[in-house]
Amino acid sequence: MSDVLPPSEAGQVGARRLDALHLLTLSAALATLLLLGGVVVFLGIEGAPALSGTSENLPAGASSIWALAWPLLYGSVWASFLAILLAVPVGVGVAVFAVFMARGALGRWLGTAIDVLAAVPSVVYGLWGLAVIAPRAVPVYEWLSTRLGWIPFFAGTPSTTGRTILTAALVLAVMILPIVSSVSREAIRLVPSSSTEGAQALGATRWEMIRTVVLPEARSGIVAGVMLALGRALGETMAVAMVLSPKPFLVSLRLLTSENPGTVAAYIAQNYPEAHGLEVNALIWLGLLLFAVTFAVSFLARAIVRRSGGGSR
Amino acid sequence: MRIARKRRIADRGFTIALACCGLLALIPLISVVWTTASRGLRRLDWDFFTQSMRGITGAGGGALHAITGTLLITFAATLIAVPIAIGTALWLVEYAAGSTSPVIRALARTVRAVIDVMAGIPSIVAGLFMYAVIAVTVGPGYRSGLAGAMALVIIMVPVVERSGEEVLARVPSELHEAALALGVPKWRMILKVVLPTALPGLVSTLLLGVSRIIGETAPLLLVAGFTDSMNYDLTDGRMVSLPVYVYSQWQNKGVDAAAYDDRAWTAALVLLAGVVLLHGLARLVVRRRNQTR
Repeated sequence: MSDVLPPSEAGQVGARRLDALHLLTLSAALATLLLLGGVVVFLGIEGAPALSGTSENLPAGASSIWALAWPLLYGSVWASFLAILLAVPVGVGVAVFAVFMARGALGRWLGTAIDVLAAVPSVVYGLWGLAVIAPRAVPVYEWLSTRLGWIPFFAGTPSTTGRTILTAALVLAVMILPIVSSVSREAIRLVPSSSTEGAQALGATRWEMIRTVVLPEARSGIVAGVMLALGRALGETMAVAMVLSPKPFLVSLRLLTSENPGTVAAYIAQNYPEAHGLEVNALIWLGLLLFAVTFAVSFLARAIVRRSGGGSR
Repeated sequence: MRIARKRRIADRGFTIALACCGLLALIPLISVVWTTASRGLRRLDWDFFTQSMRGITGAGGGALHAITGTLLITFAATLIAVPIAIGTALWLVEYAAGSTSPVIRALARTVRAVIDVMAGIPSIVAGLFMYAVIAVTVGPGYRSGLAGAMALVIIMVPVVERSGEEVLARVPSELHEAALALGVPKWRMILKVVLPTALPGLVSTLLLGVSRIIGETAPLLLVAGFTDSMNYDLTDGRMVSLPVYVYSQWQNKGVDAAAYDDRAWTAALVLLAGVVLLHGLARLVVRRRNQTR
């Protein structure tokens, strides 16, 4: 109650003029625009020289920047796709479980656990993948290779260290699981209870209700969550850089061998310390490409949400 | 009857499958926490928090320089990112939302789109961006904690802006209207009514933003660099942070490899504990507010 307003200001009720705070917050908003503009411009300036690079001065003796970029982009997409394949069924399952079955304390605990999983720094995931996943994966990979070696994905001599693209995808799957499950949980919560109650009133079991009503209605939200997770997986750097030792220019479908394609983000981190001259420009150009890909993914996600009329905004 | 039984079995199987999903999600969490704790405890001693790595090649040494670096860099990044993020959120919620001007509405749409795009920038790209800025302005060899902090700003702004916007939008409109009806000018209404009401939510937003950037490795690896020594000066010279310390201990193992591994795990444990603490605090702040209502 200390600031009863002075009569001189009383006339400004609802006034639309620019006050100092409006200007201040507006300049903050403009600063955000500037920040993103800066990212594109500076990456462009420093990345563009790589376009004229030759096998003399590009990393790994690549004949052109594209010869370097395509296999790495393939590796990024392939590893992220595998991670999505592993994480989505579990993530959506957890979301359904949390909404329909784990009410009360159990649900809260599960939510907290998923939150913590999302907060673990990526270097810790990298250490964990090397110390826990990779050694335990070796016997599994050997088994897969002997029994199912006729499938192209499992062909070739299995790695003895466990540091393969499948291991990297497993670690990535753990990292994106929280995104998939929290976004799907929100989408599933938004399904109106009139729909679920209607299904139950018609005699549907819980499984039938979820399959015929809940999942179809929540689909666009779940897809948006998957795209978000895909963007995260594509950009993930440290965990992949630590788990995977890639072979340059390799494009391969094999999951278990010790010869694996690299990913763009991990390649940048792994080669940055020794890079000099035009090699640095090449890495920056790769970064710009990665940005373009993640931008396309998030754009697609928003288009999906908008088309189906759902979404939070 | 047989159809009913089939349906019941399908339902039961489905329930079991879902419970398995829940359990399957818990396994990595337990494994990560357990591995980090059990391996990290080996070097969780006094030296770890009081010594740097200067002149140390085998066992011994600590992460004081990395802890100091993390605190300084995170503090600097927060100091730069939060005013931009909260300012943008305030403008969107308080000024742009009620506006009828087509220019302002278009600008607000653009700002929202830009925030969405920024949220999707991979952290290594933020680091490359800062590298490019440095290369263009002061020369490619420059490394500093401040450059690292600026890269983290790119990552932090969209996180804080988005949840800040949600918090501000939840301030009851009755409070706005009551203040305006009393004849309070808008700027004073925002400073004296909106911000105090939203404060607990904004604090929790800030803590979550900090926990998001405190574990970032890639951008700092590129522009803040690595060092074995203390560095208190954000503007000059390489400055190591805890995540980068973890990575470099693991990456550049000396003769006594186990000592390097132990230090990496202990730093990982300290980092993990810090992040979980920040999350807990953020939750506590919001819960306290809910209880006082």
